[in-house]
Amino acid sequence: MYALIDGNNFYASCETIWNPKLRGRPVVVASNNDGCAIARSDEAKTLGIKMGQPLFEIRKLFPKAGVVVLSANFTLYGTMSDRMMAIAAPFGTKSEPYSIDELFVDVAGVPGNMTARGHRMRRRIEQWIGLPTGIGIGPTKTLAKLANHVAKSAYRKPGSYPIEFAQVCDLAALPASDFESVLEATDLGEIWGVGRRIGAQLQAAGLKTALDVARLDAATVRRRWSVVLERTVRELQGQSCIAFEDAPPAKKEIACTRSFGHPVMELAPLVEAVSEFAGRAAEKLRKQGGRAGQVLTFIHTSPFRTEDKQYSRSVTMPMRHPTADTGLIAQSAIRGLQAIYRPGFKFAKAGVMLLDIQDGNVEQGELDLDEPEPDRSELMTVMDRLNMRYGRGTLKLASAGTAGMDRQWEMRQANKTQGYTTSWAELPTARA
Amino acid sequence: MYSIPPTALLPLPEPKPSYLPMVDGLLRAGFPSPADEFATRQLDLIELLIKHPLATFYWQVSGKSMQDAGIWHGDILVVDRAVRPAHKSIVVAEVDGEFTVKFLHKRGSEIKLLAANPLFEEITFQEGQQVVICGVVTSCIKRFK
Repeated sequence: MYALIDGNNFYASCETIWNPKLRGRPVVVASNNDGCAIARSDEAKTLGIKMGQPLFEIRKLFPKAGVVVLSANFTLYGTMSDRMMAIAAPFGTKSEPYSIDELFVDVAGVPGNMTARGHRMRRRIEQWIGLPTGIGIGPTKTLAKLANHVAKSAYRKPGSYPIEFAQVCDLAALPASDFESVLEATDLGEIWGVGRRIGAQLQAAGLKTALDVARLDAATVRRRWSVVLERTVRELQGQSCIAFEDAPPAKKEIACTRSFGHPVMELAPLVEAVSEFAGRAAEKLRKQGGRAGQVLTFIHTSPFRTEDKQYSRSVTMPMRHPTADTGLIAQSAIRGLQAIYRPGFKFAKAGVMLLDIQDGNVEQGELDLDEPEPDRSELMTVMDRLNMRYGRGTLKLASAGTAGMDRQWEMRQANKTQGYTTSWAELPTARA
Repeated sequence: MYSIPPTALLPLPEPKPSYLPMVDGLLRAGFPSPADEFATRQLDLIELLIKHPLATFYWQVSGKSMQDAGIWHGDILVVDRAVRPAHKSIVVAEVDGEFTVKFLHKRGSEIKLLAANPLFEEITFQEGQQVVICGVVTSCIKRFK
C-alpha cells in the first residue's frame, strides 16, 4: 500500500509562504533565463496561463491581470522540499522522494483510517511549513498517483470527483463499484506512465478512461504494446509491479547544460561557461563516487532566432584514464570546445556531459608506460567540502572566470526572491 | 618531504547533531580518568532554542513596537510553527501583505494583535476575516558584536 504526497503548485506556494503580498494573486514562476512558466498559482491557472507558456506571451495576453512573474529560486524550493519530505516520511514505514515536490510513502501495515490520517498529515505539513499538499493512497504506486490526481481535482474543480475525495483520497478504502466509477471519471492521459504517444495509440484503439485501460488483458498489452504498459495495466488492477527503490540508481551519464542570459560570440566566455559546467558535472560525478571515461561538449545557436545563422556541434573526448578530477575533465571539455568553436555565430547554449561512467572502486589494470597522472582526489574532496560549506563557487577553476554575475553567459534571473531559509542576511522581515 | 594532507587544514564540517562527546574512547595507559564515569556531551545552543527543527524558521525584526517585550529592531526571531498559538503568545502574523510580530490577544472569538507599547495601535480583524498566524516566537536572538 502506497501514499503519494505532493505539494500543491509547489514553487508558487514556496514563494507565497515567504511573501504574503502574493496571496490571492496570479503568480508565475519562470524557468532558467526567465523563458517560460514552470509553476503557477491557482489564480494563474484560473486566468488560463498554461504550463510552459513563454513569458512574453503571458505579458501580452494578460497585461492587466496583475500577474506576478518570479525567477525560479531553486535554493529556496530545495530547502522547503527537504522539510516537506522529512515531515511526511513518518506517514508510513519507508519513503522515497520522487521529485522535488512529491514523495511515495510505503504505508503497508499502518493501522487505522488512512483518510483521517492523511488529513492530519496535510494539516501538519501546512502548519509546520505553510505548504498545502494533496495525498493519494492506493494499493500500487500507479493507483496512489491516480488517487493524488483525484484528491487535487476534487478540491480544485468541484464536480470532477465526489467532494469527499478533496485533498486526501484513499482508493483502497472504496467498495469496488465506487473505485470503478473513479477510474471511469479519469481520462487515460492522467495515468502515470501513459505518455502522449501511448495515450494517442490507446485512444486510437477506442479507449477513453483509466477504467478502459484497467480492463485490458495484461498479456495482450505486452504483445501489442510493451512490458512497460503491461506493468501499468497490472498496477491499475491492483497488482504492485513498481517496487520501492532503496537507493536511486547511479546515473549512467551526468550533464550540466545551460542557456545563456545573452548570446555569446567569442571563444573566451565560452571557455568560462564550459569550465564552469565541467566543474559542476565533475562535482555531481564525485558525489556518486564515479569516474568518467569520456567528456562530451556541445555548443549551439538559438533555433528560435531564425534570423541568425545557425550552428550546432558536439564532440566527445576520451579521457586517458577514467577520472573525476575537475581539472582534467575541464581540460578535455575546453579542448573539445576549441575543436568545435567557429567564430561569427551567436551561441545561445552550451553543455558538458560526462559519459562512460564507471564505479570509482573498479579500475581496469594496465601496463602503464606513461608518467602516472598525479592523484588529486584529496584536492577534489577539499574543493567539494569548501563549496558545500561556504557556498557554491567558493573554489573553482580560474578558467571558469571570476566576474560573478557579470559573466555575459550567466543566467538571466531578473525577479529572483531572496534566500529566506538559507542566508542570515536575507531573512524575511517582521514589522514590530 | 614533510607534508600535511590538504584535508587536515580545513575546519571539519559541522557535526550533526552539533555536539561532540566530551570524553572520547581513546585507550589510555595508567590510571583511568575519573571523568570517564561522567561522560556526557557539551551544551548545545540549538537544542536550547529549537524544539521542532523542521517547523522552525527565522525572521528579522524591524521597528520598535515590541521593545518593551525585549524584542528590538534588528533582533532575530526564532519562530516555531509547530507550537499552537495561545492568548498572550508572541506571534508572527500576516497583516496587509506583510509579516508583523505582536502579542496575540485571543479571548473567545475575539482576536487582536497587540504591541508591547500601548502607544501603538492594536490590530483588529473584521468578523469572518481570516488571520494567518505564521508561528509562535519562542526566542529572540540579540547579538552585540
